[in-house]
Amino acid sequence: MSSLLTVSQSPHIYTPDDTKKLMRGVIIALIPAFIASVYYFGWGALIITATSVLSCIIFEYVIQKYLIRGPVTITDNSAIVTGLLLAFNLPSNLPVPLVILGALVAIGIGKMSFGGLGNNPFNPALVGRVFLLISFPVQMTTWPVPSGFKTGYADAITGATPLGILKEGIRNGEKVSQLMNQIPDHMQMFYGHMGGSMGEVAALALLIGFIYMLARKIITWHIPVAVTGSVALFTGILWLINPEKNADPLFHLLTGGVLLGAIFMATDYVTSPMVPKAMIIYGIGIGVITVIIRVYGAYPEGVSFAILIMNAFVPLMNAWIKPKRFGEEVRNG
Amino acid sequence: MLKTFPKGGVHPPENKLTAGCSIEVLPPPETVIVPVTQHLGSPAAVAVNKGDKVLTGQLIARATGYISANIHSPASGTVSKIDTATDISGYKQTCIFIDVSGDEWMSDIDRSPDVISDIKLTPEEIIQKCLDCGIVGLGGATFPTHVKLKIPAGKKCNLLIINGVECEPWLTSDHRLMLEKGEEIITGIRIMMKALGVTKAIIGIENNKPDAISHLVRLLDGSGDIKVQGLKVKYPQGGEKQLIKALTGREVPSGGLPIDVGVVVQNAGTAFAVYEAVQKNKPLFERVVTVTGKSLAKPGNFLVRIGTPVARLIEAAGGVPGDTGKVISGGPMMGKALANLQTPVVKGTSGIIVFPAEESSRPQTGPCIRCSKCISACPMGLEPYLLMNLAEKGFFDKMKAEKVTDCIECGSCSYICPAHRPLLDYIRLGKTTLLKMMREKSIK
Repeated sequence: MSSLLTVSQSPHIYTPDDTKKLMRGVIIALIPAFIASVYYFGWGALIITATSVLSCIIFEYVIQKYLIRGPVTITDNSAIVTGLLLAFNLPSNLPVPLVILGALVAIGIGKMSFGGLGNNPFNPALVGRVFLLISFPVQMTTWPVPSGFKTGYADAITGATPLGILKEGIRNGEKVSQLMNQIPDHMQMFYGHMGGSMGEVAALALLIGFIYMLARKIITWHIPVAVTGSVALFTGILWLINPEKNADPLFHLLTGGVLLGAIFMATDYVTSPMVPKAMIIYGIGIGVITVIIRVYGAYPEGVSFAILIMNAFVPLMNAWIKPKRFGEEVRNG
Repeated sequence: MLKTFPKGGVHPPENKLTAGCSIEVLPPPETVIVPVTQHLGSPAAVAVNKGDKVLTGQLIARATGYISANIHSPASGTVSKIDTATDISGYKQTCIFIDVSGDEWMSDIDRSPDVISDIKLTPEEIIQKCLDCGIVGLGGATFPTHVKLKIPAGKKCNLLIINGVECEPWLTSDHRLMLEKGEEIITGIRIMMKALGVTKAIIGIENNKPDAISHLVRLLDGSGDIKVQGLKVKYPQGGEKQLIKALTGREVPSGGLPIDVGVVVQNAGTAFAVYEAVQKNKPLFERVVTVTGKSLAKPGNFLVRIGTPVARLIEAAGGVPGDTGKVISGGPMMGKALANLQTPVVKGTSGIIVFPAEESSRPQTGPCIRCSKCISACPMGLEPYLLMNLAEKGFFDKMKAEKVTDCIECGSCSYICPAHRPLLDYIRLGKTTLLKMMREKSIK
């Protein structure tokens, strides 16, 4: 025994689940979606994911080491999560320089400029994605159709996404029932057989990740259920009012980034509220704004914008919405 | 059906290594060191002088003021000095040092092993006996029992809850006591029911002690006054407010006491001490202490005289392991790390845990990632991350509205934090600073 004993305040034991392991858990939960994206988009998925993840790690390292000159924390796995989520939000044929630029914006502006992990108000991956979408709208909305490794990275065959077909068709006065013939059926969409950002298409894979994160207690159900529930409710009402002008709720849940956003982007710890009640409000906000953009806005898809807008309200929600205190309202029979 | 409290809580590894170890009696050491403050409230006044001969069980320090407790000699011998020594809190305080010679007990203590279940004393006499015998709450808070048994004017009590939860990992002293002294505990409960004038009592026991549950159920044999209720394992179920909520659904109001919802909570170990005081006239000078740790050769539960140095206990459990880095008095969630192994066992010492060096220092702290696990874990519905931020920045007045004074310091937030932030340390800082400011009336 050493002559001196360690003395510290209680508690003396700590959970083995540290930040690094939680982030690793998110990465594990993203693996099914990654496998699906490789299956559907082949080389493109591999190249973009590798570029994005590597760029995020390198940018974080360079900024922490040479710009901030503070401790380097790339081993906490959070840059990998940002890199994966950014990649999953991109079309699989995006030129590599743009991916690197997106990673720079995500890590440099989205994360490090606010002080690094824990301090950023907006989801870094979405900051990168929306920057690319606004700056390079053509490249960012050219979607390869799923063809696995049959086509290469650069020569992928492109086509419209289901949401794009719907938006364009309705604008041209076509009916939803006719448009649905050009769109894969719901079951195919559930498996991910459609155009779109490479990580968002496979609903099944995303749901597996969701169940894993729930079981590992990495996230709670509140945000994903609130987002999907409000999307389903809002689009359901519109669909019941006019099924020829509005697609059904299941279509809206399976297409675009609703599931990826609800499960992985909106639940980002740093940029989401901390009290269950606030999580529900935040989730409903995302769902409602998404549908408003999809149905009434200029873009066919609105999940990214919806999440970023609701991110801005998180500090207010954290300040205003309090958990129910023990012994606050006492009802004792 | 198992019950539990609805809000918050954590599940640290249980590590109840000593659950199967029968209570071993440890003889008195060569010297006992008896602090005059072993309870919540004012220190007892020394009632002996250097050179006095004392018997085991003789009063050596007298309660002063309403909230205080008598202290009795844990061994027979000669008072060698009255001096200061480091106690469990790490501070120096007045202690009575007794050189032990033999073990001669006061003649009015009934040392026979027979269980006397017939309660002859009146409620007033019971309360007086608890005061005389220096009985305090043995769950850790050491609040004088005679004070708790007197219902304040204007309040009503209709239920006695017995805390047999032992939710702290590692500790098994209450568990063993319930298994080995079940009849005595049940009589102790009936004594307290008589003092309180209640007809109902519930013993809350966590489900990881099924043998204790079934043993007590068997001893009670269907008598309707005392009920045993199994509880789901969750820390901090042994917290008074959490236990009351789990067993009755009643919620003690913020800033209130259990009596505000008609309940008095006493520890199972206290029930045994009350039994011994009332039926056997035996003052509280010994208690069961769990001595445990992964590297200990013979961890166990020991019946130990108050004032025995901790080093002696670890010796009895196989000696101080070579890899020792930290020694904790109490449980790992709320216990205190000892700076010195000569620190004496006091009335509130429920366990001694020896941690190896690699588990002794705190993990490295990272930035708050706002995962809200601290909020989910807080059994009082507070926001530990926010309280820490406020304390760190010195906004102590703002912490009042955030209910920092409700914090029970269970440590669930610091335990669960994935960034290992020192949440509870800052909350304690905020709480003490705020209470000081409130006393000095610098804020309303």
